[in-house]
Amino acid sequence: MQTAVVILLDGLAYGMVLFIISVGLTVTMGLMRVVNLAHGAFAMAGGYVAAVLVGAGMPFFAALAVGTVAAGLLGGLSEIVIFRPLYRKGELAQVLMTFGMVFVTIAGLTFFFGTDIKRLPTPDYLSGLVDLGFRMYPAYRLFLIAVGALLAIGLWYLIEGSLYGARLRAAVDNPRMARAVGIDVNRLFTITFIGGCALAGFGGIIGADMLPLEPFYALRYLVPFLVIVAVGGNGSFKGSFVAAITLGVLDTAGKFLVPGIAPYLFFGLVFIILLLRPHGLWPAKGAG
Amino acid sequence: MKPADNPALADDRVSPLWHAVPWLLAIAFYFMAAGYHSLGTSILVYILLTLSLDLALGYAGIITLGHAAFFGFGAYAAALFAIHVYSEPVTGIIVATVATGIFAALTGMLILHTQGVTLLMLTLAISILLAEWANRAHTITGGEDGLRVTMGYVLGLFRFDLWGRVAYLYALAVLFVWFLAAWSIVHSPFGRSLDGIRQSPARMRAIGTPVWWRLVAIYALSGAMAGTAGALSAQTTRFVGLNTLHVLISGIAVVMLVLGGTKRLYGAFIGATIYVVVQDIAAKINPFYWMFVIGGLLMATVMFLEGGLMEVLDIVRRRFRQLFARVKS
Amino acid sequence: MSAAPGSALQVRGLSKNFGALAVAQSIDLDLAPGARMGLIGPNGAGKTTFINLLTGMLSPDAGSIHLNGEAIDRMKPEDRVRRGLARTHQINTLLNETNVRDNVAIAVAEREKIAWRTLRFRPQWRACLDEADERLREIGIAEVADRRVSELPYGRQRLLEIAIALALKPRVLLLDEPAAGVPSAESHIIHDVLDRLPKDIAILIIEHDMDVVFRFAKEITVLVQGRILTRGVPQQIAADPEVRAVYLGRSVK
Repeated sequence: MQTAVVILLDGLAYGMVLFIISVGLTVTMGLMRVVNLAHGAFAMAGGYVAAVLVGAGMPFFAALAVGTVAAGLLGGLSEIVIFRPLYRKGELAQVLMTFGMVFVTIAGLTFFFGTDIKRLPTPDYLSGLVDLGFRMYPAYRLFLIAVGALLAIGLWYLIEGSLYGARLRAAVDNPRMARAVGIDVNRLFTITFIGGCALAGFGGIIGADMLPLEPFYALRYLVPFLVIVAVGGNGSFKGSFVAAITLGVLDTAGKFLVPGIAPYLFFGLVFIILLLRPHGLWPAKGAG
Repeated sequence: MKPADNPALADDRVSPLWHAVPWLLAIAFYFMAAGYHSLGTSILVYILLTLSLDLALGYAGIITLGHAAFFGFGAYAAALFAIHVYSEPVTGIIVATVATGIFAALTGMLILHTQGVTLLMLTLAISILLAEWANRAHTITGGEDGLRVTMGYVLGLFRFDLWGRVAYLYALAVLFVWFLAAWSIVHSPFGRSLDGIRQSPARMRAIGTPVWWRLVAIYALSGAMAGTAGALSAQTTRFVGLNTLHVLISGIAVVMLVLGGTKRLYGAFIGATIYVVVQDIAAKINPFYWMFVIGGLLMATVMFLEGGLMEVLDIVRRRFRQLFARVKS
Repeated sequence: MSAAPGSALQVRGLSKNFGALAVAQSIDLDLAPGARMGLIGPNGAGKTTFINLLTGMLSPDAGSIHLNGEAIDRMKPEDRVRRGLARTHQINTLLNETNVRDNVAIAVAEREKIAWRTLRFRPQWRACLDEADERLREIGIAEVADRRVSELPYGRQRLLEIAIALALKPRVLLLDEPAAGVPSAESHIIHDVLDRLPKDIAILIIEHDMDVVFRFAKEITVLVQGRILTRGVPQQIAADPEVRAVYLGRSVK
């Protein structure tokens, strides 16, 4: 019973990090219908920036803010220089380009930082242990769960309750109609892309404990990010949340309880879900 | 066939003489490039891998980053067959090819009902799972250490010599056989229907094409071909390791394909040659330098050279033809 | 439930819901061989959805579809095509990188079951190309046979859609707004082709252009919000006050 709670908490924390990073990807893929295999690179960029700053003495939360902004800016730059020409070039070109970006980031980061894990020390007041009653548990993980939940709620309000969110949902459902009623879909793309990359950076920074920063990061976690998008459904905020949490908990549970066959069990489940629902649990309108 | 039969199959316009060029060059290499035969063999192996990806991705439009699974499967199959059953190379290649083809057919049946990013993710997933398994099953696969293989005489007659000359000719022969197969597939109605599926699966369904079956068929063939490439690699280097299953192999295959040009079978020749040469040079400078160059090449090709270098060759050829025509008149 | 003998297409009680939205409500339809039926209705009435249900792109929640007496509602789209059901699309769905002749030839090859071959195909493929040329001549676009589809003007592309559907030698042909998007200067070429369609094929045509419908159809079905409002010969439909109300936006009882 106690182990179950720990697994659940660990899984939730992991899932929250995955959610924070992936939600940007699922929204941009659903909205812009652009495949971005390099999404993890933005998470990584935020992480490395924050790690360098913290290493130079900046307080954690300040570095968190700067790193998030840096990831967002990098996203904006990429959108203008790399992604705009890619929109009309088709899926294959996008896959190839962003895959090339992954290679370039791995090589670049190795050049500057070497192949070891880049440590991002968390602030002392969060790094302790909390007494859960039956055992001690890392406070940072609880912090991750809380941040993730708050962010999820905040994003939910943003998407469901705000004008921006309404425009976003309209543009995802039907870009032509959205343009016809005067929504500037291109600007919406850019803002959303920047937001998604900033979120990824945020997730990369606070999640550095569970997803260690190293040059192969973008490649190593590519499949989990894509699984979340595919299982959750392209463009679905709800879907990415459910998929991320489920993936986090199941993966953690699997690694703990049946370490030998955990990856196969996990992917077996993913295959089955996709066999029954090829477009994900909450498919984009017009699919499925 | 009429000349402008299908603009997509541009090779039709090439006069037969040009077809002989790559093969003549390959044979010339054998005689002239002393000491470089093992490099040449690795080029041939990679040409075969790139060709296999061209069939699945270039022609049929199956966007996959999981071909390492087939390369590695073939490599391990050939190695294990040579070690435990029979070490004659040709038998080993046939067994490895068929085994990989079956593996590819089974995984294809499982995942080809999806498309786009979902399919891509599943191809990656299969590749990673296989690599995971190979790592754990180290009693069979040798794990991190890999497997050393001793090969018997090719067809009982030819020994793989220390300089790799026999291995080179062996690989060239295998490549030639698969090239003929790929050529006839691409220029057949089957090949055209695959091209149609790539352009518009909806249109092909609307004319009664059993899309899923066709895709499974070409995926199995492509996988078998990649398996042969892996088997060749294992047999000629007498070693197989976990790197043959690594996603980097899939990435390298994609780079070679795009560099040379998709849907141009000879593009594979150009792409693979450039890649192996660049990698050989750059790796001596810095192991991660080549990753940067390759990633950069990939991005640059997508940005500026959509048809790959074969497209450039085509443009050059067209200019020459125009020049020639003007000179004649 | 078996179908009436001799009917080309028989639909009974076809229904489909997307969540709370009923896009098809218990639709009945009969097409005899050689029928010329128009399907009209305001935007969002579910006309294209109905076509997608017939072709198998969507699976119904209830109801049956019989093609030439055979139940096809469980069949995959490609199997229905092989049984004689062809369609054109509202938005061109062509092989844009391929030339016009090959677009048709591939359809013929599929019909003749040689499209899967990699060996011993040359004379058969030649025959497919010849038949493709023949069909392009009949439709009137033979002069662009060698051109890529992406180079064709929109009207010609619409004609190619029809040519490909005819190349399948269907018993039932579903035309989804064949004149849609075609500039009025070119639309007469579509009308000519519609007039000359083979008399033995049963044809269901969705159209918004009322001139086309009234000229072409011998019977008209009116679909509103997934339900059949009424059915009859063109003169009846034109005079029906309910139909006028639907198109002028007043509520329907």
